[in-house]
Amino acid sequence: MIELEGLTKRFGSKIAVDHLSCQIRPGIVTGFLGPNGAGKSTTMRMMLDLDNPTSGTVRIDGKHYRELQEPLKYIGALLDAKAMHGGRSAYNNLLCLAQSNRIPSSRVDEVLDMVGLTAVAKKKSKGFSLGMGQRLGIASALLGDPEILMFDEPVNGLDPEGIHWIRNLMKALAAEGRTIFVSSHLMSEMALTADHLIVIGQGKLLADTSMADFIHENSRSYARLRSPQQERLRDVLHQEGFTAVETAGGVLEIDGATTEELGELAARHQVVLHELSSQRASLEEAFMQMTAGSVEYHAHSERDLAVEPPAVGAGWGENWNKPGSTDRTGTDGKGA
Amino acid sequence: MTTPATPRHQQGPDAGLLGSYESPIPIRPATLGDAVASEWTKIRSVRATVWTLGVMVALMLTVGLGTALLLAADSSGGMPDEPVLALGFFGVLLGSICVITLGVLTIGSEYGTGMIRTTLTACPSRGRVLAAKAIVFAALAFAVTTVTAAVVAALQTLILGGAPASADDWLRGTVGVGLYLAALGLLSLGVGAIVRHSAGAITIMIGVVLLPLVLALFMFADRLRGVQRFLIEYSIPNQIGALYGTTMTESGPSGWEPLLLMLVLAAAVLGGAVAILNRRDV
Repeated sequence: MIELEGLTKRFGSKIAVDHLSCQIRPGIVTGFLGPNGAGKSTTMRMMLDLDNPTSGTVRIDGKHYRELQEPLKYIGALLDAKAMHGGRSAYNNLLCLAQSNRIPSSRVDEVLDMVGLTAVAKKKSKGFSLGMGQRLGIASALLGDPEILMFDEPVNGLDPEGIHWIRNLMKALAAEGRTIFVSSHLMSEMALTADHLIVIGQGKLLADTSMADFIHENSRSYARLRSPQQERLRDVLHQEGFTAVETAGGVLEIDGATTEELGELAARHQVVLHELSSQRASLEEAFMQMTAGSVEYHAHSERDLAVEPPAVGAGWGENWNKPGSTDRTGTDGKGA
Repeated sequence: MTTPATPRHQQGPDAGLLGSYESPIPIRPATLGDAVASEWTKIRSVRATVWTLGVMVALMLTVGLGTALLLAADSSGGMPDEPVLALGFFGVLLGSICVITLGVLTIGSEYGTGMIRTTLTACPSRGRVLAAKAIVFAALAFAVTTVTAAVVAALQTLILGGAPASADDWLRGTVGVGLYLAALGLLSLGVGAIVRHSAGAITIMIGVVLLPLVLALFMFADRLRGVQRFLIEYSIPNQIGALYGTTMTESGPSGWEPLLLMLVLAAAVLGGAVAILNRRDV
């Protein structure tokens, strides 16, 4: 259980984190989401007492971080994978951490085995690939077998196998009753792992909700219609009080209408339909709309400006620059 | 995982304040001793330690024995009136650069690699981390310097003979020098913690050692005599010389005084470093 209360951090005149209050509960994976520069890492650093808050407090099981004598046994954190001495072997990097918290050295071998680094335990960590570095960082987080685990962008730069491994590891750790707090700027990634979401933008809390509620509230559902008798269809829809928006290729989109009522309507008026489908905006899009006003670093190019939700730099998921891209299967958030 | 993932009980949204996961690893209170063990693992597992201390031992031995052998070859009688122990001075002065480097690297490398974030996450007490580093580093620097200084002094005495030195002279020329260099290294560690940049901190420390003498060289004006003398007397090379009983001036610190001065200085800078670390973001 981690409690944030009015947490604020200022760097000069810039507010990185702005009166953030929330709770991170045990037994579930809590996703911490926000665009680049939203203040995610700063918040995590304040939780670990690396940065001093300008105001506000963080409590870990009711205590301040500095009051924890053996913090590794309460909280394990992966902040960035390269926070190790490259000239030291993986084993020694972990051993010195274990010793400072009175963790038996046998535990070092255990966590190395857990993350699959036993074979390179005696190798200097500077020769490690990004994926191996990330695994070493996770090993250090698991060292004290803590009840709370915190990962900052754990899948950054990992290959699909590594991403899959981290996802399953987080779920397994949460299933054991631990508190898992993981940050990401990718909604699609969070949809696969998180049970609860905390969304921030420019340091402010935008949402603190369960994943299911977030999906329910934020993914716009609409019906998509295509017909060779476009004019007639539009008239019919207008008469019945539906507002149709025409998009590229003569496709009509109708907000808040079910395919059932539209199909029956078309049948009644004998309009030929070539397409009738129910659509949901992707979670990525919902997230982008939510944070649109608070994105710090916009990419400005003519192509981006044509996109409905303001496009923001690369790394937002694959479909960020395709106008009107939708998830045809309808995202249920728990796929795969 | 040691045990298969079994949810103990389904957590409702209002699960109590405590987490439900209990680790099989017992929580035993960690102390400064544990932090010292951790720092010992750190210092022995990087190459910089072996390099800096190895170079220091090599310098002290070659310079010390070299001077002794040259002097022995130069004049048959050696130096009957001079205390032979003083010949160790040159080697120690050069070796001090190595101790400074290691002292700075003890903390500077953590900032350079980002390890400091991991270290402080594992041990949030800045004071404890710095104290552990200081203890481990000082003990190592003291042991290596003292042993090497003693070996060099013994060999020089064997080669040159010379006037017999008192027990106090021997103590100052070995243990005193060892303690002085350890304190100088602690000062470097404190400076390294404050500036957080290895190259910068080493440059500052080499300046601290050499600059007073260099400045004094250019102070010809009569009105600057006092300043010049102060700079010379309190320069680090002159204070190391004072431990050997050979100073450039008649007045100034003598006997064990240089050691006391350096210990006070190192303690002040380390104390300042703890205060700064406590307030500063990592």
